[in-house]
Amino acid sequence: MVDRTFQVTPRAGAGAAALLVGLVLAALVGVFSRAEVGAGLSAPDWAAIRFTVLQAALSAVLSVGLAIPVARALARRRFVGREILVTLLGAPFILPVIVAVFGLLAVFGRSGWVNSLLSAFGLPDVSIYGFHGVVLAHVFFNLPLATRLLLQGWTTIPAERFRLAAQLRLSPRVIARTIERPMLSQVVPGALALVFVICLTSFAVALTLGGGPRATTVELAIYQAFHFDFDLGRAALLSLVQLVLAGGMAVLALRFVPEITVGGGLDRPLRRWDAKGGLQRLMDGLLITLAAAFLLLPLAAVVLRGLNGLPEMPGSVYLAAGNSLMVALLSVLVMLALALPMAGWIATRAKGGMEAISLLGLAASPLMIGTGWFVLINPLVSPAALALPVTAMVNAMMALPFAIRVLVPPMREIMQQYGRLSVTLGLHGRSLWRWVIVPRLRPQIGFAAGLTGALSMGDLGVIALFADQDRVTLPLQMYRLMGAYRMDAAAGAAVLLLGLSLGVFWICDKGGRWRAET
Amino acid sequence: MKYLAFAAATMTATSALAEGPELIVYTYDSFVSEWGPGPAIEAAFEAHCACDLKFVGMGDGAALLARLRLEGARSDADIVLGLDTSLIAAAKETGLFAPTSVTAEYTLPIAWEDDVFVPYDWGYFAFVHSAELDAPANFKALGESDLKIIIQDPRSSTPGLGLLMWVKAAYGDRAPVIWGDLADNIVTVTKGWSEAYGLFLEGEADMVLSYTTSPAYHVIAEEDASKTAAHFDEGHYMQIEVLGKLAGSDQDALADQFMAFMVTDAAQSVLPTTNWMYPAVLPNAGLPSGFDNLVMPDKALLIPSADVPAIRDEALTEWLTALSK
Repeated sequence: MVDRTFQVTPRAGAGAAALLVGLVLAALVGVFSRAEVGAGLSAPDWAAIRFTVLQAALSAVLSVGLAIPVARALARRRFVGREILVTLLGAPFILPVIVAVFGLLAVFGRSGWVNSLLSAFGLPDVSIYGFHGVVLAHVFFNLPLATRLLLQGWTTIPAERFRLAAQLRLSPRVIARTIERPMLSQVVPGALALVFVICLTSFAVALTLGGGPRATTVELAIYQAFHFDFDLGRAALLSLVQLVLAGGMAVLALRFVPEITVGGGLDRPLRRWDAKGGLQRLMDGLLITLAAAFLLLPLAAVVLRGLNGLPEMPGSVYLAAGNSLMVALLSVLVMLALALPMAGWIATRAKGGMEAISLLGLAASPLMIGTGWFVLINPLVSPAALALPVTAMVNAMMALPFAIRVLVPPMREIMQQYGRLSVTLGLHGRSLWRWVIVPRLRPQIGFAAGLTGALSMGDLGVIALFADQDRVTLPLQMYRLMGAYRMDAAAGAAVLLLGLSLGVFWICDKGGRWRAET
Repeated sequence: MKYLAFAAATMTATSALAEGPELIVYTYDSFVSEWGPGPAIEAAFEAHCACDLKFVGMGDGAALLARLRLEGARSDADIVLGLDTSLIAAAKETGLFAPTSVTAEYTLPIAWEDDVFVPYDWGYFAFVHSAELDAPANFKALGESDLKIIIQDPRSSTPGLGLLMWVKAAYGDRAPVIWGDLADNIVTVTKGWSEAYGLFLEGEADMVLSYTTSPAYHVIAEEDASKTAAHFDEGHYMQIEVLGKLAGSDQDALADQFMAFMVTDAAQSVLPTTNWMYPAVLPNAGLPSGFDNLVMPDKALLIPSADVPAIRDEALTEWLTALSK
């Protein structure tokens, strides 16, 4: 049990959570304040809600379900290129949606590699468009994320347990039951909730790969309400539905997180003496290869397509890249300022339900947030003047659930192992962070920072309303190239964006894991 | 917040350099990009206006109108440039626009009568395809063929809405039948024009909804004559892009000057090869070569802007029903 007298950053943590709730609520109030009384939800809205929940639930179950064997294989195997693979696993997730869709279509599309191969053997074409296409794309985005989250879970298992398992010659099944399943029961519900929420706000992916209006999501309905109907009441109502769905799922999932009761280890780097075997090794190899192929082939397609376009990019693209890097850096700082105290606060509470708060920023429609804040800010100052802080704040809010998801489980573990010792030694405040938390949480902090930075790089200025004319970001510049028929140059910009996002991710992630095992 | 201070300083510096009053023009994003008409228009207008013309780009035409509605009468904008005929009724309903007396010798296929908005360019919607393809001659033939097409969603994009209006203008009450036949030809529906056109160029479909002027881009900018647009015998729907002056503008005279400028030769000659649309007033030098071989529809279709909102709602329901089966 967590010692109730031992707390980490209770005030700052609760404050960060309150700020988050306040910002989302403010946006909602802002939108409602300008809304006229309108009709409730229509039949098509209900159809959109059904479709959204169904695809999000299936995508979450498949992404996390497939991630379990992949993460286990990665956790117990060491091979050349493993580290690069683990970094690249972050890539699909941080790509701008449209780039990822083009990559997927280069592989699975009508004239993609898979269909070329099939027709070479005289087999009929397969179509990616439809419900299965939406789920495939969401698994492509989220399988790597889920894998990384679970992989982190494996690394929090004290190395001594695997050593003991090897000494006792426990079979993989027994290891799974006694060591791995308790860890998974901690990590899987949160991962499920997270992927569900990500897929909940999907719009362009679902529409493009869904093949038509059957694949209408709530987010598309919100977009339509804001843009075409200017029906703010309906937009706010739909945003609220989205928040309730996300919140409900998160609370439901997190309820199932049991409290850990097992003891700690000696903080040694993880080595796996237990998993040497032949068949098992073969299966692991096969799994890793399949997952890598599924995730990396579309990325390779993006790179191949874009290489020709690189020289065609105008200088302004590099300027935009600089702006994006700055936004990314600021977003990381804001995220850390919110996430670290919140993680400390959540980890020392008995119940994990508060983690659901962190999902708010992701579950709220970016359009709703942008419009709501715009309504509130516009009478006071020019929104363009606040472009940078607002963008950083929104990016940080969207990345927060990932950071919390990554930080809380190991934080909880640290509190259990070192909480009493720290209290005895009178460690608190800064020295607690310095000597106990940060050294052990370094890999997770690095990963969270990398994810935030990369996500901010690829984000399409969440809110066009605050756009700063003189500071165009790289994704926006890429869109502009596409809008001006310059598809080759846009493909080049996509490669630059992919490279920079991965670079930011790699630096932070590597920095965090420096001299630490994953 | 050092950065903010820096940003503020740079902004002040820029406005200090520019002389005279500031004219703020809200427009869509692709207009202001360095490949769009924005920079050339700005230079040409500033050459003799003794003012600072500032384009503020945001999304597409619909986003533009949404932003304006949010800001209401408090808007900083003096001019809004980039609404189209489908949005005019909604724009007028806001009551934010002021009437204009600007008019010109328009070379539009239809007579232009509007006392608020001034047209600056226009185009015909069309399905663009590879020149090798034996394209169908109308929607019925397209519906009966096995050809695959990509269109844009009318709920999120102006070309998508244009297609809805096109089918409605050509077939009226029979539009649901046409959509029913087209359903199996539609590979997918995208959020906006860029995604659709990109997918088409990657080989995901035989045809894509775009403009008759799209092939001109490939001919002029890429010396590639492999793309052409399908000629449909029921006529092609038009998109006319317009600009209007806001009643709340604090630069009334300057705004009028800009409205008039947009239909002069200096502005009109910029548009064909930057916005890839037809100019609203044919420049003295005529159209650039590359525009001469384009498909010319026999009939220009356009639903009067006042009727658009009602027809849009009906057509949207029909479209959703036909494609959701």
